[in-house]
Amino acid sequence: MYPFKYHRPATVRQAANLLAKHEEARPIAGGHTLLPVMKQRLAAPPHLVDLSHIEGLGEIAMQGRALMIGAAATHAEVAGSATVQAAIPALAELAAEIGDPAVRHRGTIGGSLANNDPAADYPAAVLALGATIVTSKRRLKADQFFQGLFTTALDPDEIITKIMLPLPKKAAYCKFRNPASRYALVGVFVAKRPGDVRVAVTGAGADGVFRLSAAEAALQKRFHSKMLGGLHVAADGLTSDLHGSAAYRAHLIAVLTRRAVEAAQARPDKVAAQPAALEPVS
Amino acid sequence: MAKISLTVNGRAVTANVDPRTLLVQFLREQLRLTGSHVGCDTSQCGACVVHLDGKAVKSCTTLAVMADGHEVVTIEGLAPDGAALHPMQQAFYEHHGLQCGYCTPGMIMTAVDLVQRKGHELSEQTIRDELEGNLCRCTGYQNIVMAIAAGAKAMAPGGAA
Repeated sequence: MYPFKYHRPATVRQAANLLAKHEEARPIAGGHTLLPVMKQRLAAPPHLVDLSHIEGLGEIAMQGRALMIGAAATHAEVAGSATVQAAIPALAELAAEIGDPAVRHRGTIGGSLANNDPAADYPAAVLALGATIVTSKRRLKADQFFQGLFTTALDPDEIITKIMLPLPKKAAYCKFRNPASRYALVGVFVAKRPGDVRVAVTGAGADGVFRLSAAEAALQKRFHSKMLGGLHVAADGLTSDLHGSAAYRAHLIAVLTRRAVEAAQARPDKVAAQPAALEPVS
Repeated sequence: MAKISLTVNGRAVTANVDPRTLLVQFLREQLRLTGSHVGCDTSQCGACVVHLDGKAVKSCTTLAVMADGHEVVTIEGLAPDGAALHPMQQAFYEHHGLQCGYCTPGMIMTAVDLVQRKGHELSEQTIRDELEGNLCRCTGYQNIVMAIAAGAKAMAPGGAA
């Protein structure tokens, strides 16, 4: 790892100022993507701005009819939060399956979104749920936020502060893990929202996470796995690598979409979030 | 250099570190606590697992400066100063949960964290799932899983190894 200067701001504003002031400075929260990349010398930021001492950046709470998750909330905190488990159980389950226990103790939702790894789990949830990503500068819709492999709408001096997730009626996430790395070879997040149905796919797109409009249209008519009988996923635009061909990933997308819809259907219907009234999902 | 103050195995430690120092480097090279191992150095193998504020973390993927003000427990902290082995260490000993021993400190720190989170009655499947981030290249995990199940029970108040 190349040397760098270490900064520890106490507020988001200070952190954003440091990022603006120092060219090529990078923010660090859990460091579970950035540090491995720096160790491999694929990144050599001259300045690191540590976000982990900013008060309240990892808060999780209901705000009106939306679930708010602070950017610095770790995967373990999201997975273990009774608020998340009650509001969007699929999201708690997704977080519980990221990496391994030690990684979940450090990795954060904001870091995962800002990195936009094509095999990351959170982008599928955030895109399917139609979340809003709140930053130090503005509010970004998930549809604007993800802009291709490891690319987002974030400016270099912009910091994610929280994610606002409108509550779906039902949702579920299904992933097929690479048997060796345990990363999602394909992951599908399905959300039946009050007004529409959204389906987002991670792990498969050559440009990163994307919405599966054909499945959305079919499920819009009726939210049932039977509606996906004729679903054909084209291999165009999908990743092909040593782990699986584009055609294989296309096949997995169709299978996992059906399984996700079935898993979502099996959940009780939900009108409003009542964190205390619902059984947490372990 | 950055000045850091933290608690390591119950003792207050203050030191100057280069900000790029990994927590595991700091523990091994500056504090001479060589029980935490560097296996893969890519946060996959878990040989470097220590507890940071009571939670299992990979010390090869944590900067020493990020542990400033926090509490670290390493394998050396489980049975300080030659005291009787921690129940989880004793269980690894009794069930022969190791061969070469390289992964063992990380396995044990992960196992203790697991018991703290999920309790003393752990199914085989739970243990195997939770060991996703700890690799052993000698055995077949069988005895490690048995050791953790036994160690979890032994860690219960009044539990026997």
